Amino acid sequence: MAATLLIDAIKSAVILGGVLTAFAYVTLLERRLLARFQLRVGPNRVGPLGLLQPLADGIKLIFKEHFVPAGADRLVYLVAPLITVVAALFVYAVIPIGPPVRLFGREVTLYVADVNIGVLLVLAASSIGVYGIILGGWASDNKYALLGGLRSSAQVISYELALGLAVLGVVLAAGSLSLVDIVRAQSHLWFIVTQPAAFVLFLIAAFAETNRAPFDLPEAEQELIAGYQTEYGGFTFAMFYLGEYVGVITMGALITTLFLGGWQGPLLPPVLWFLIKVFAVVCVFIWVRATLPRLRYDQLMALGWRVLVPAGLLNLAVTALVIVARG
Amino acid sequence: MEAVLFGITAVLALAGGVGVVAARQPVHSALALLLVLLSLAVDYLLLAAQFIAALQVIVYAGAIVVLFVFIIMLLHTRSGEGPRAGAGLPRAGAGVLCGLFGLALLALAAGVRETAPPPAPGFGTIQDVGRALFGRYLLPFEAASALLLIGMVGAVALGKRLRPAGDPSPGRPQAPPAGGPARAR
Repeated sequence: MAATLLIDAIKSAVILGGVLTAFAYVTLLERRLLARFQLRVGPNRVGPLGLLQPLADGIKLIFKEHFVPAGADRLVYLVAPLITVVAALFVYAVIPIGPPVRLFGREVTLYVADVNIGVLLVLAASSIGVYGIILGGWASDNKYALLGGLRSSAQVISYELALGLAVLGVVLAAGSLSLVDIVRAQSHLWFIVTQPAAFVLFLIAAFAETNRAPFDLPEAEQELIAGYQTEYGGFTFAMFYLGEYVGVITMGALITTLFLGGWQGPLLPPVLWFLIKVFAVVCVFIWVRATLPRLRYDQLMALGWRVLVPAGLLNLAVTALVIVARG
Repeated sequence: MEAVLFGITAVLALAGGVGVVAARQPVHSALALLLVLLSLAVDYLLLAAQFIAALQVIVYAGAIVVLFVFIIMLLHTRSGEGPRAGAGLPRAGAGVLCGLFGLALLALAAGVRETAPPPAPGFGTIQDVGRALFGRYLLPFEAASALLLIGMVGAVALGKRLRPAGDPSPGRPQAPPAGGPARAR
């Protein structure tokens, strides 16, 4: 019992450390890649190739003055970024990053928990994450922040539906809600091949869920300054930032797990395969941001409710029919 | 272990319940309600009903309370804090009712067995819940879903009828919401 608890604690610590490091370097990756897309150089002065830039950014943010706006609701204002961070990190408990390995004479699984309802847990965490945004926007006592928060929560709730419908197609095909079983079900054929519609739906909904371009309306600079983050600075701002980028990495890990066969792949070690696939998906996120302009708000809502949700329902029905027909 | 966890969640749920009633800001009430719902989700987990626990978080915490918060923000920030009418009951009456409710709870608790039998293997998993819903309870389940659908259609129909004729931008608020907590105070 105690040994199991210790192993779980170590695994959690390693995963959290890994995710936080990945967060720091995804910010650098995004800045460098965006610069390349726009024929610039990007930050390359701090350390070799600019590799120490995230560290410099972090130190700068920590040493900034801690500031709460005069009209703000202090408690809610401070709790909101916390909710974002916790909800974003919570998901990693159920994502398998590799097959069981033998370490120090003991079988160790490379996930913290294989729960019967893994996918639902992921969806639940993302639905709690909405609170960070909506409360942050409200508590700031700023009309731009409030409008950004309202926009964002409406957007996230709408696209959660499309996201869930896309996941359901995969769940039906795999016959399980456990992410470990879903990876195992892809040992012959990845779900991106058998569930292409679900993959496209999931990808589009993932852009909207993470408030990324082309769906970054909650922080549309020209209209809303910075949306719900307007009144945040220093460390609390860094926490929102962290939540956002960890969300992107989470979506990468989820797409890898649900559609790209998880840690499975030839020759290279499984954990490396997992990391390569997540990296590729994150690069796609950055690439899309550099390519597509922002949608209008009504276009966003029309796309979500009139296109993605019906398409998701259709995909679900077809998948169910095929499974029943096969027996 | 379980008793300790239950104690913690029970205290949190009760604190949340008091918070819902006592908070002066509507948003704080909604947050206290969120605390109650999340504590209940942990209680479901303790009862080995993991699927229900996840649904509790997704549906109640993730959708319904978000909707509450959303509506409070759209309405109350514009109009200022709504009139806080008295509870509608004299204090003595409220006290008597609370006492009666407590007695009823005590009577119920006295009849409860000390230890419940351990759940069967597979209890509370999604397979188990699915089999129950689409097997034994198929008719009530489908009836409830039809009822919910009727409710939704009815709400949309009522919303359409209440809109004044000739409104150029249907469904949009007349003025943007005007700010955060300070203005609501």
